[in-house]
Amino acid sequence: MTLSTLELHDLSLVDLASALRQRKVSAIETAQHFLERAKTHDGLGVYLARDEVVTLNQARTADQRLAAGNGGQLEGVPLAHKDIFVTKDFVTTAGSRMLRDYRSPFDATVVANLAREGAVTLGKLSCDEFAMGSANESAAIAAVGHAQPAAVPNPWNAAHIPGGSSGASAVVVAARLAPAATGTDTGGSIRQPASFCGITGIKPSYGRASRYGMVAFASSLDQAGPMARSAQDCALLLSSICGPDLDRDSTSLDLPPEDFSRLLGDSLQGLRIGVPQEFFGDGVAADVRAAVEAALVQFEKLGARRVPISLPRTELSIPVYYIIAPAEASSNLSRFDGVKFGHRAHEYKDLQDMYSKTRAEGFGDEVKRRIMIGAYVLSHGYYDAYYLQAQKIRRMLADDFQEAFKKCDVIAGPVAPTVAWKIGEKSDDPVANYLADIFTLPASLAGLPGMSVPAGFGAHGLPVGLQLIGNYLQEARLLNVAHQFQLATDFHTRKPEGF
Amino acid sequence: MSLTLSDISRIANLARLELAPAESVRMLAKLNGFFDIVEKMRAVDTEGVEPLAHPFETIGDLPLRLRADLVSEPDNRMANQRSAPAVESGLFLVPKVIE
Repeated sequence: MTLSTLELHDLSLVDLASALRQRKVSAIETAQHFLERAKTHDGLGVYLARDEVVTLNQARTADQRLAAGNGGQLEGVPLAHKDIFVTKDFVTTAGSRMLRDYRSPFDATVVANLAREGAVTLGKLSCDEFAMGSANESAAIAAVGHAQPAAVPNPWNAAHIPGGSSGASAVVVAARLAPAATGTDTGGSIRQPASFCGITGIKPSYGRASRYGMVAFASSLDQAGPMARSAQDCALLLSSICGPDLDRDSTSLDLPPEDFSRLLGDSLQGLRIGVPQEFFGDGVAADVRAAVEAALVQFEKLGARRVPISLPRTELSIPVYYIIAPAEASSNLSRFDGVKFGHRAHEYKDLQDMYSKTRAEGFGDEVKRRIMIGAYVLSHGYYDAYYLQAQKIRRMLADDFQEAFKKCDVIAGPVAPTVAWKIGEKSDDPVANYLADIFTLPASLAGLPGMSVPAGFGAHGLPVGLQLIGNYLQEARLLNVAHQFQLATDFHTRKPEGF
Repeated sequence: MSLTLSDISRIANLARLELAPAESVRMLAKLNGFFDIVEKMRAVDTEGVEPLAHPFETIGDLPLRLRADLVSEPDNRMANQRSAPAVESGLFLVPKVIE
């Protein structure tokens, strides 16, 4: 392989890691190339923080380790982190005025795990405020090179949203500004933007990735995961991201690190793909339906067969999720009181007034709505009717999946009912946003691994993602299924114009 | 079910969120729009179903893990207070609460 730095951004993450290991390119050259590209495309408004000195120092260290022959799996590979992971070397805002200029005294475990394998951090990426959103329209912090906060555009069609909440993470990968990025998924925040931007993303089983240092939204749902161009790239990253963190995350699974690439090459002969009828109802747009159907036909060519299944409570996942997640959010976000860190109001009468004004000034509209919903459903007299009822249906939803997995190995369907909508189209209609999450919420509530795989293009030149859901701890199998699909298709290799 | 402005004011107080009058009116409309989609959930028969808090309970018992009760973190007070809005002599400052 000959390598000019001009094509570095077109290399897959696996190939870039290998070029670095073989010293065909240095970590410094790689970091400089991607920092330049970031500057060229600052109009996208994806970076909330960058620091060349920090990035180049990390790259220099990586080059030393590579020279000494003791580089990690990702030595010198540049990555960008969703600004929901706290970092010592960059500010962490979670896209909120509440945390403007906040600097954490420690790194999130996910960030530290990737750094241990040699990854170099390019900067911090925009997201919906506190990861609450499906459009990446609600960050309250101005991006690098911008004077005001702005919605992040989809690289395939700038009039449309990239999805959210990990919207900018999907954009940097699609626009080749980074070979991969981290994201978090509470109700679909990795899978939906991956689908909308034509990239590959995986949310592992709940508890696989440590939540330590991930700004908490809904703790029984939050999971970190990689967003990259292919299943192969995601597998390499996921192997570094996951692992037990028993002293710092009480829900971290006590399982040894795994090589998630180990099954990539397996044949799909005899694979049973469960197709839930509820994922193909009237609400699914024709372009999405056509792309998903074509993907299923492709899987049949690869030796898999379809099995009709039912997830009868799919529609209920919307109210159940939008009760549980805000309930947990209202509790988690009580820490933002203007005392220990973050914003504090300038004028107030007393302590209670300081809390109320600090939180009124620091939080945006969607965050306030979710805090209000959460406080209400947890309050005396409503707890049983809403919160407990939602948790009971959550169990029924999870049991439905176990019933379905008796008949199939993986489940396939659309990630979202439509391709990415127009910027502003749903920004004043929270319920319309919530309804669009219908196909990602069930796996989130059940804590199952799920991914989005590019499966074609629909209206306005926008990508369509295929969702694959596996049973608990079946990430390696999911990645195998996605990889075999990607060996037979080229949707994941396409690049939006202008990048 | 419909919330009223007095519900909004009660919840905002519980959540320690100051809402301007116009904001309360908007919040009321949005929250009522939201609770419309929740109604379906309330009608589901969940008799005898245990609430699910941790997803893995679906496939087996999951003991809540506790770490040993030992000091494991060093004193990082300086670093931890660097982002605090107001500190003095290592203490977080808040408005006077006891006369």
